[in-house]
Amino acid sequence: MDILWAENTPLTAREVGKLIADRDLAPTTVMTVLDRLTRKGFLQRTRDGRAWRYEPAESRDAYIAELMLEALDLTGDRSAALTRFAQAVSGREAEILRRALTELEEE
Amino acid sequence: MITAAVLAALATACAVGSWRFTTARWTSRAPRLAIILWQSLGVSWGLATTGAMLAYAVQPYGTGVLHGLIAFAGGEAPAQAWDPLHVLALITGLTALAVLIAVLLTAGVQTLRARRRHRMLLRIIAHDDPGVPGVRVLAHPGAAAYCVPGLRSQVVVSEGALKLLSEDELKAVLAHEAAHVRERHDLVLLPFAALRRALPWSKVVADAQAQVELLIEMAADDRARRYCSPRRLATALLRFGTAGAMPTPHGTLGVHAQHVMARVERLVQPLPELAASTRYGFIALSMTLVTATPFLWIIQL
Repeated sequence: MDILWAENTPLTAREVGKLIADRDLAPTTVMTVLDRLTRKGFLQRTRDGRAWRYEPAESRDAYIAELMLEALDLTGDRSAALTRFAQAVSGREAEILRRALTELEEE
Repeated sequence: MITAAVLAALATACAVGSWRFTTARWTSRAPRLAIILWQSLGVSWGLATTGAMLAYAVQPYGTGVLHGLIAFAGGEAPAQAWDPLHVLALITGLTALAVLIAVLLTAGVQTLRARRRHRMLLRIIAHDDPGVPGVRVLAHPGAAAYCVPGLRSQVVVSEGALKLLSEDELKAVLAHEAAHVRERHDLVLLPFAALRRALPWSKVVADAQAQVELLIEMAADDRARRYCSPRRLATALLRFGTAGAMPTPHGTLGVHAQHVMARVERLVQPLPELAASTRYGFIALSMTLVTATPFLWIIQL
């Protein structure tokens, strides 16, 4: 995924394989991974001659934002039912918490 | 008839009990006990409500609910003839039971699917940090620390949270999350979250779910305080609450601040434990609840 995000153009499996320099991966492995990611909806592919060209369905930031929204329970429903440490509050309530924090730190 | 009446009375008692229980004050002194009581209230409410209707419906058979239903499914003719009221009760009861089960299952499946996607995205996007081994780090300036439950639960913190907290506070937060993982709090949360989606209009269910969410946080705080300074956990909580790095949506905010303060107070100044007699009383109550309803499904009074 990182490679596809770094390159701004759609790549074929062979090109991705070449860019994964540090590991000696079989071309079929690369293809399997790309195919699986496509089926899960993280990649989009288009026909280019006899090969498929792959590109990310969403930008990296969009995915991070999605995770954060879910993590902070701002998606509206409680879909993933995560256990969160704490949630941020706003305005006057935050002021109350801030005062409590200062008190605790001074003691 | 008596079975149906007893089950109906039990269902009402559970509903009223849950409603009263949402404002109970002793829960913060014994979060685990309160969670158990919530679970038994939920189970017996579901079984008693559907059971009351079905007990009335299968009355012509002159047997218990379960035997009556089996006889009905087997196509046996009842001892007394059907009349419209019993047929109506049968249809309503079976529909309610089917809807309850179906909705709980779908909600459960949806939750698991959302978690799988979340975990998959984490695998692609999150990175490891040598400073916090075993924890996935999310490159986002907002403050978040949470746990994605599953067979292999994952603890995730954002870069914003790493920057926000001191080293001791971070340790406290991680101990808290580790407690969630260890005690499988997600399994506690799952049926309540499912029920919430099944009955989104019910205030009691929404309150119950919010209560259970708070209670598992308190239970995790209790475990974490064995491994870290409770004061550091409290300051970490407050720091998270005031970070406000994400735009806050409408509604539900008041509860969060109250919850944070409730947790901070009990960390800094722990209240004495509940008296043993009270504890055993509540345990006996939940045992009675979870055994009484299935019992009433089987026997005929």
